[in-house]
Amino acid sequence: MLSDTDPKEETGPGGHTEAVDDALTNKGDALRNDSPANDSPVADMVRFDQVVKRFGDHTVLDQLDFGLRRGERVTLIGPSGSGKTTILRLLMTLERVTEGTIHVDGEPFSHMPGGRDGLVPANEKYLRERRRRIGMVFQQFNLFPNMKVLENVTEAPVHVLGLSRDEAAERGRELLDLVGLADKCDAHPTQLSGGQQQRVAIARALAMRPDILLLDEVTSALDPELVAGVLDVLRDIALSTDITMLCVTHEMGFARDVSDRVMMFDHGHVLEAGPPDQLFEAPEHTRTREFLSAVL
Amino acid sequence: MWDWNTAREGLPVVLHGFGITLLATVLGSVVAMVLGLLIAVLRRAPTRWVTVPVRIVVEFVRSTPVMIQLFAVWVLVPGLDPLTIGIAVLGIHYAMYTSEVYRAGIDAVPQGQWEAAVALSLPRGRVWRAVILPQAVRKVVPALGNYVISMFKETPFLSVITVQEMVHEANEYGSVHFAYLEAFTLAAAIFLVASYPTSMLMRRLEKRLAQ
Ligand SMILES: Nc1ncnc2c1ncn2[C@@H]1O[C@H](COP(=O)(O)OP(=O)(O)OP(=O)(O)O)[C@@H](O)[C@H]1O
Ligand SMILES: [Mg+2]
Repeated sequence: MLSDTDPKEETGPGGHTEAVDDALTNKGDALRNDSPANDSPVADMVRFDQVVKRFGDHTVLDQLDFGLRRGERVTLIGPSGSGKTTILRLLMTLERVTEGTIHVDGEPFSHMPGGRDGLVPANEKYLRERRRRIGMVFQQFNLFPNMKVLENVTEAPVHVLGLSRDEAAERGRELLDLVGLADKCDAHPTQLSGGQQQRVAIARALAMRPDILLLDEVTSALDPELVAGVLDVLRDIALSTDITMLCVTHEMGFARDVSDRVMMFDHGHVLEAGPPDQLFEAPEHTRTREFLSAVL
Repeated sequence: MWDWNTAREGLPVVLHGFGITLLATVLGSVVAMVLGLLIAVLRRAPTRWVTVPVRIVVEFVRSTPVMIQLFAVWVLVPGLDPLTIGIAVLGIHYAMYTSEVYRAGIDAVPQGQWEAAVALSLPRGRVWRAVILPQAVRKVVPALGNYVISMFKETPFLSVITVQEMVHEANEYGSVHFAYLEAFTLAAAIFLVASYPTSMLMRRLEKRLAQ
């Protein structure tokens, strides 16, 4: 059992982290995206099986099946209230599934081994071990206002990954440089513009070297002139790393640039999915057409 | 009638009592601040096995008068020094109020802060210490300060268990020298003089934390 999963682990998280490091130390070469071919293109990085999420008697996700391949960039679109945020929050373990299971890299994520059926709902300890692999950037940034910018970025590497302060600070500076904020290390979050805060939040999420990055409408709370700066940073990260990305966005230009696949959601179901060109140019469903004409 | 000589002779006695009053207030406040914080955090524990007992104890302590609690402990725990009892009882009693204050401060920290901390996989203890409490406490310092001042003004209760705080000393001096007017006037004046710089200090602290 163990020997089966070991080799996969080696080419998995390790590969990603190195890619992030490469991009950090070697930003000039960042544009090359011809990293050695994916070793396991078939295996899903994330797998939702028959996931149901209810709040009270309001069913938000209804037997949802969907997967993300390793390194894939997927954008979720869909009307307000269709459950896009809920999907991200389930994956970040901020919510628990009502029914169904989530697997990450072949490992049960919403559940853990045990019980008569082989799986029981995951407890907090199990989740804490696993959620490290996932990073999330929120619409409202959620920086820690009581910490300086650099401390925001080093907090988790020091206290979760066990890096030394110096090591974490050095990496933190590199990441802040990556998002164009090298000169703001000692600033307090409240002294930054929304766009700058969001870029710090991106650096903070990347500092944990996640395999999967979740982005929930990360530019929706920003003044229009600040949106481009944040999207440029994300484009850069998408191009220079092979991190798996799941984004919710209304920025269709950005979605087109970075996505391998766009998924249209409605009423807790995937209405249709496909490469951005196909979905944006020739959507199959009238619902999708209506939605796109409303947001474009 | 008012006699300046009596007042002058009484001053050192009353001041000595004031030292005890101050000591009880400072140590009692430390107990109230630390214990209150602990209670507030425990009331957010993930299991009812913790939250329910804590709530019951809080309700019980809060619904009995501090005077009764002082007597009860004094009678039930013989051999303990009255000042220690006084500090403990005042501190515990006020911890019930400060825990509510902390709780309000904790509730005022946006949910997004918890979620960001979870998303970074921070251990629960670290979330409290590094993220939630620094933000929560900063917001409630003025309210906590008010409880320190009101504890200060309730220290005369300690005289019922023979603690030689200021009012106890004033009373004794007054009865021996038949000079209640002078003795209690002195005590009142000292309370007044002491609370002015305290509230100034509070305001300064408030301003600094607001930055
Ligand atoms: N904690 C909660 N309690 C109750 N209902 C909730 C909760 N979280 C979400 N919902 C409901 O679930 C539904 C889906 O919410 P969700 O936030 O996932 O939608 P969304 O697609 O992200 O919408 P938007 O585009 O407005 O962000 C909504 O109807 C919402 O009211
Ligand atoms: Mg949403």
